[in-house]
Amino acid sequence: MIVEFGLYALVLSLATAIVLSVLPVIGARRGDANLMAVAPVAALGQFLLVTIAFGILMHAHLVSDFSVANVWQNSHSLIPTLYKVSGVWGNHEGSMMLWLLILSLFSALVAIFGGNLPATLKANVLAVQGWISAAFILFIVLTSNPFLRMMPPPPEGRDLNPVLQDVGLAIHPPLLYLGYVGFSVCFSFAVAALMEGRIDAAWARWVRPWALAAWTFLTAGIAMGSYWAYYELGWGGWWFWDPVENASFMPWLAGTALLHSALVMEKREALKIWTVLLAILTFSLSLLGTFLVRSGVLTSVHAFASDPSRGVFILAILVIFIGGALTLFALRAGSLTAGGLFAPVSREGALVLNNLILTVATATVLIGTLYPMALESLTGEKISVGAPFFNLTFGLLMLPLLLAVPFGPLLAWKRADLLGAAQRLFFAVAAGFVIALVIWYFENGGPVLAVLGMALAFYLMVGALTDLWLRGGFGKVPFSTAMRRLVGLPRSAIGTAFAHFGLGVSVLGIIAVSAFQTENVLEMKPGQTVEAGGYVLKFEGMQRGQGPNFTEDRGTFTLSKAGSSLGQISSSKRVYMARQMPTTEAGIRTFGVSQFYVALGDLMPDGGIVVRVWWKPFIVCIWFGALIMMVGGFISLSDRRLRVGAPSRRAKKIAAPALEAAE
Amino acid sequence: MTGTRMTGTRMTRKQKRLAIISGGVGFIVVAVLLVMFAFSQSVSYFYVPGDLAKAEVKPGTRIRLGGLVKTGSWVRGEGTTSTFEVTDTLSTVKVTYTGILPDLFREGQGVVAEGSFVAGNPVFVADTVLAKHDETYMPKDVADRLKAQGVELSGKEKIQ
Repeated sequence: MIVEFGLYALVLSLATAIVLSVLPVIGARRGDANLMAVAPVAALGQFLLVTIAFGILMHAHLVSDFSVANVWQNSHSLIPTLYKVSGVWGNHEGSMMLWLLILSLFSALVAIFGGNLPATLKANVLAVQGWISAAFILFIVLTSNPFLRMMPPPPEGRDLNPVLQDVGLAIHPPLLYLGYVGFSVCFSFAVAALMEGRIDAAWARWVRPWALAAWTFLTAGIAMGSYWAYYELGWGGWWFWDPVENASFMPWLAGTALLHSALVMEKREALKIWTVLLAILTFSLSLLGTFLVRSGVLTSVHAFASDPSRGVFILAILVIFIGGALTLFALRAGSLTAGGLFAPVSREGALVLNNLILTVATATVLIGTLYPMALESLTGEKISVGAPFFNLTFGLLMLPLLLAVPFGPLLAWKRADLLGAAQRLFFAVAAGFVIALVIWYFENGGPVLAVLGMALAFYLMVGALTDLWLRGGFGKVPFSTAMRRLVGLPRSAIGTAFAHFGLGVSVLGIIAVSAFQTENVLEMKPGQTVEAGGYVLKFEGMQRGQGPNFTEDRGTFTLSKAGSSLGQISSSKRVYMARQMPTTEAGIRTFGVSQFYVALGDLMPDGGIVVRVWWKPFIVCIWFGALIMMVGGFISLSDRRLRVGAPSRRAKKIAAPALEAAE
Repeated sequence: MTGTRMTGTRMTRKQKRLAIISGGVGFIVVAVLLVMFAFSQSVSYFYVPGDLAKAEVKPGTRIRLGGLVKTGSWVRGEGTTSTFEVTDTLSTVKVTYTGILPDLFREGQGVVAEGSFVAGNPVFVADTVLAKHDETYMPKDVADRLKAQGVELSGKEKIQ
């Protein structure tokens, strides 16, 4: 009975979303405060109802109620509780429910924290959120109902896909969706502003925290997904330029551009029209990603059972929202007035360069992702666009951006001194080369490009610190004064330095692991040894083992360096009983920022086993850098200026001297 | 790019704007050329064994070869080298691969091998083998093409 209440709650939330979609817009048009006041109530009500529906679905998974088709297909009574919980979104219907839950959460957050917004803007923003919610609830109810019953109830479930039986499933999708869906708020702000035909610097100030929060979560979600694929798939790779990965990477790139252009708009009232367009495009890419992953046009671990009607439905949502928003943009953009002139060499100019490169790079990823699908549907020809394409296009196009990143924060608004900034970055360049050469020496050589790449990475890191160093006035004023100044800097400046530093760390990981990793595939018999990265790996033997819902062949290895033992690594091949599906569990040992990675292959008839051994120097930097970027995002989000209410003229003036000194 | 309305006619302002716009256009042109070059270099086409008789694939050209792993054809050779045959039930191509085959690689099931032919040798040298299927589906490219060729897929090889 309780499961039926889940569906009732979902249908009621649809009604609430429709109310939210219509009444506040009428209220905002007529200036009717009562109608506009419906918006926050409806948004909170919708969030409550969706939470109830989601909670009921989770309950069905927790108690293994196999009379619910969704539970039967994706759960098993024997799997650990963690996988019963995360299994809720480890399938098509449940993941759409999570999407909806997070969308409703963001609407509720706008309703709660939007107290300082003008009444009409708040009503319109929430109404647009209501449109998106209504579309997705309708999608779930009509094509992807997770509450369908089965009669008679089967005695046992078909188990969660073994590849998904990992703690990663509990973390990666929620973080990713908080990012993906978080950009819906920026979209709603853009559409609401276009409906009102009025937009100013305050708009950017309201949008930026949402963009920042979404970006921060998306950064974490992508990094987590990359690490999960790295250790779970047993292929030793961390990024495959798979269309599904690209689907999450494109909103991240566009969102990064949005963060930077909103900065220009907030501070200088320039790039208004562009920022609004970017807000629309970023969420459009999120919707496109949802379409690619959820419609079944792609085959991957992410694409669960597919049904053509779902693809058509999501495509319709995509066309209506993206097409509608862009049409509105085309009609209204001309009436938006822009201000804020600046010289090409200035902080604004640097941020325009950032936006230019990021959007062009996003476009190349988009082309590389969609072109094979377009070609196949038009000509039937099947092609594959893989890593070489993206490395060549995306990689090369991003290079000038990476070179420019440390310059950005050093340039003044309006008109800046490029030569002066270059002089101040001289130390960063020199330090970058010296550190890169030292690493090159200790890695016993390697390609010249690796030195240049690592120098670039360290230049990014030192460049980010240079900004803080100069702002604190280290070396010019007494150390204690400089420290006090550093602590007193606006949080956003510190967040920027963290994010740019983290970018450098990730770049270092990417370059170093590509240049210096060693891979060794060989057949090993017990007692045999293999050497990689200065470590000696000895194969001890295989044992059979039994997990709660799988059997495994576990290979045990001992690792040693210069004769002293460093303990054991084990890697196993599992077969999950319910689906008779094999998986590889890699054995990974971390030394500092480098990893030793062992994966098992086939058992040979003569008792040996094929083993794949990687030494992956600096690989942890890739994800550690993303973590630093995420911390930067949160530090920036805690900036007083983002939380201060409506930016009244007075508040702005009071803050002005501090800003000037800091930026 | 800024959407700023032109109010004055001072040359400097025009020049500033021209600098920004021409820089942007230049970058986009470079990007387009790069994308076109990359497409010509690094895109690989998909074939099933039956296509290879019809279309000539030059040695060294990277392609993806898809089909079913012929039952009884999988031979483990020296060290980590394996050979197997990929079939669309009408024609067959022999494939050699050095490395670890994916967990889901099985005889009688769908597979996609990436690699190229070596001049003067009919054996396809794969550097990557994909078998991303579970019990309900096989690689979509393979399923579509086998179906198009009228190959009956039954039971567990059902296409989703």
